[in-house]
Amino acid sequence: MKALVAVKRVVDYNVKVRVKADGSDVDIANVKMSMNPFDEIAVEEAVRLKEAGKVSEIVVVSLGVKQCEETLRTALAMGADRAVHVETDAELQPLAVAKLLKAVADKEQPSIAILGKQAIDDDANQTGQMLAALLGWGQGTFASKVELNAETATVTREVDGGLETVKLALPVVITADLRLNEPRYVKLPNIMAAKKKPLDKLSPADLGVDIAPRLKTLKVAEPAKRSAGIKVANAAELVAKLKNDAKVL
Amino acid sequence: MPAYTAPLRDFAFVLNELIKVQEIVPTLPGYAEATEDVYASYLEAAAKFCESELAPINRSGDEAGCVFNPADHSVTTPDGFAAAYQQYCELGFPGLDCDPAYGGQGMPKTLAFPVMEMLTSSNVAWSMYPGLSHGAYAAIHAHGTDEQKDAYLPQLVSGEWTGTMCLTEPHCGTDLGLLKSRAEPNGDGSYAISGTKIFISAGEHDLADNIIHLVLARLPDAPKDVKGISLFIVPKFHTDASRNDVFCGSLEHKMGIKANATAVLNFDGAKGYLIGEPNKGLACMFTMMNAARLGCGMQGLGLGEASFQGSLAYAKDRLQMRASNGPAFPEKSADPIIVHPDVRRMLLTQKAYTEAGRALTALLALQLDIEEKHPDADQRKEAADLVALLTPVAKAFMTDNGYIATNLGMQVFGGHGFIREWGMEQLVRDCRISQIYEGTNGIQALDLIGRKVLLDQGQKLRKFSGMVVAFCKAQEGDERMREFVEPLMKLLKDTGELTMHIGMAAMKNRDEAGAAATDYLRVIGHVTYAWLWARMAKVAFDQGDAADPFYQAKITTARFYFAKLLPEVHGLMVSIKSGAAPLMTLDAEHFAFQ
Repeated sequence: MKALVAVKRVVDYNVKVRVKADGSDVDIANVKMSMNPFDEIAVEEAVRLKEAGKVSEIVVVSLGVKQCEETLRTALAMGADRAVHVETDAELQPLAVAKLLKAVADKEQPSIAILGKQAIDDDANQTGQMLAALLGWGQGTFASKVELNAETATVTREVDGGLETVKLALPVVITADLRLNEPRYVKLPNIMAAKKKPLDKLSPADLGVDIAPRLKTLKVAEPAKRSAGIKVANAAELVAKLKNDAKVL
Repeated sequence: MPAYTAPLRDFAFVLNELIKVQEIVPTLPGYAEATEDVYASYLEAAAKFCESELAPINRSGDEAGCVFNPADHSVTTPDGFAAAYQQYCELGFPGLDCDPAYGGQGMPKTLAFPVMEMLTSSNVAWSMYPGLSHGAYAAIHAHGTDEQKDAYLPQLVSGEWTGTMCLTEPHCGTDLGLLKSRAEPNGDGSYAISGTKIFISAGEHDLADNIIHLVLARLPDAPKDVKGISLFIVPKFHTDASRNDVFCGSLEHKMGIKANATAVLNFDGAKGYLIGEPNKGLACMFTMMNAARLGCGMQGLGLGEASFQGSLAYAKDRLQMRASNGPAFPEKSADPIIVHPDVRRMLLTQKAYTEAGRALTALLALQLDIEEKHPDADQRKEAADLVALLTPVAKAFMTDNGYIATNLGMQVFGGHGFIREWGMEQLVRDCRISQIYEGTNGIQALDLIGRKVLLDQGQKLRKFSGMVVAFCKAQEGDERMREFVEPLMKLLKDTGELTMHIGMAAMKNRDEAGAAATDYLRVIGHVTYAWLWARMAKVAFDQGDAADPFYQAKITTARFYFAKLLPEVHGLMVSIKSGAAPLMTLDAEHFAFQ
């Protein structure tokens, strides 16, 4: 059984991002970039499924600029078998990503596609769902547990009310939530081994996908700075202020 | 405990833009695969491990310390130490720069040293367990027979076993000529080793199955002085798993690095195997002394970095008083203390020393890579000379500055710096030993002025000065660099005269060299850092991305260094020129009166 895992290169979670002076976007020049943490969990899950003998091959795919290769190499060092890089400098929105992933899935014919539930840069949380719809596959999103069988996948989902378990026929799209697993550290010798694993290059044109953005960003701004608070003397004053000043009661 | 974040951006700057390892290392035999992306991946993997696994057990390790169990002579390391070590081995760290023939990954020193810095910053006491193993590995790799290498190296490279270096005895530390431990032939090619060794870092612990001690001892009819010392391999367990007669007698109670077991080891006819030639033990040990001393110097660097991260975060967060020229943050109850000039002095001192130390480390790591692998003998010799000259400087200047930096970090915290749970005082205590062991900084100073400068008629120093002059000359016409090049050229000229002055004085009175030594090493340290800061400024000027504050900060810090730290050399030079008399005149009996 083949697994396809999508990984995105994003601003490292430790970085405090700044907005560009012209308000057009977040400034990512000279900022540390890493694999999206939820995608790391997705790769880890695939590797564990392979170690458990459920999956025979793991193909990782990343879409975007040249440096996505580094992200793919990290995934290869974690245990993926080969990589596909759809290289483009163009802005990629979730729908375009889902279409590109569908095209890759059509070529690769995996039984299971694992994605992070969302990327920590735009927090869209759309790609996995769109991909399932485009492929016509079942989807198990926000997964905190995955059991894979020959014909089905049983996925425990983290939903607002608690946990929901769904049984899905393969092929299936699964998106990883935080508690699915704890990704392993890369073993140092695997870094060199990863360099020798195959990494195929494609372009959106090769896949025949129109990636033109459908959404337009009007403005990016930092959250308003918190102003200093005030102290109230008693509960009555607090209620009065909430009623009259804040107008929330 | 201050959170630790590995300075990956600065590593990349130093390795790729300043020292430019990629122009040389991948061209050396065996290092073709050590490309920029490989460095980045390795450093990132190491950063994750250090930040997530080692830093969290640093303070708890200090609080718990190591426990000696007299009943069975065993040592229990603090909670989490053994598990972290297990993980460290599984991830392949012990073999990072070890010979692939014995299971290592054969990576260059320019990659291994930044990893070492991260280990040191996140948990120096823990880092010494694998650190000492690496020393034992290097000794056996350089001097062992093929049989010995096959017997010990694979396990040291995998981390399954650890190693130690047993030199010091109760009555001899600096002067190993006084060494008493004996080695009697057993008649089967092995030796019975007897004696007591003290201050043995990682001498006993519960991290690994076996400990390979490298022990200096005397053969029966050996000459009395340093020419009669031989080196022996003494395993804790023999290859047949039987216990050897080497036992931990106690652990020292120390000021810092409490989580590293500093053992007294009693050898009671323990079976040992000669390594290298008889009576050449000290020479064997000294082949890896440069690397060991640089490693020690890096403890000053790593702890300075850890302290800087803590004090910087605190200075931005702690609200006390207002900026002198009016509130910087009127909406807050007070301004963060980073607005105050004196707090900035402390932070910038930490930053300037730490970043220059990182540059010096990378520079020397590159020379070690060249010395080991370059096909051209002249290039190897050049590199070896530079390493020989700058090793005592790196060891002493970096650890002295590390102590300054950790102490300032504690000072930035005010009273909280003195409170254990903030973790800042631990860094001071952990750093303090680095000025003492691997040859005290006083010994480093004597090594520099004596063996490295005066004994070779200043040849190595002139070659080094030549490199600095060449750099300065190359900046001619670059107006931006004048503020650095002019004082640097003047400093070189003064240093040349100073060296002559000491040399002349020492010809009449040998105490003149000893009297000048410590001040002189600090002068050479400042010359080296000034050169490196000028080079960093040059890279920053040339890189062209004016929008990137990283480079502007380099230039600003270089200016701080030249303006506020470098002037120390003037006082040092005055002190040196006052000669030995102020030190030697007072009668030993007159130092104190009852």
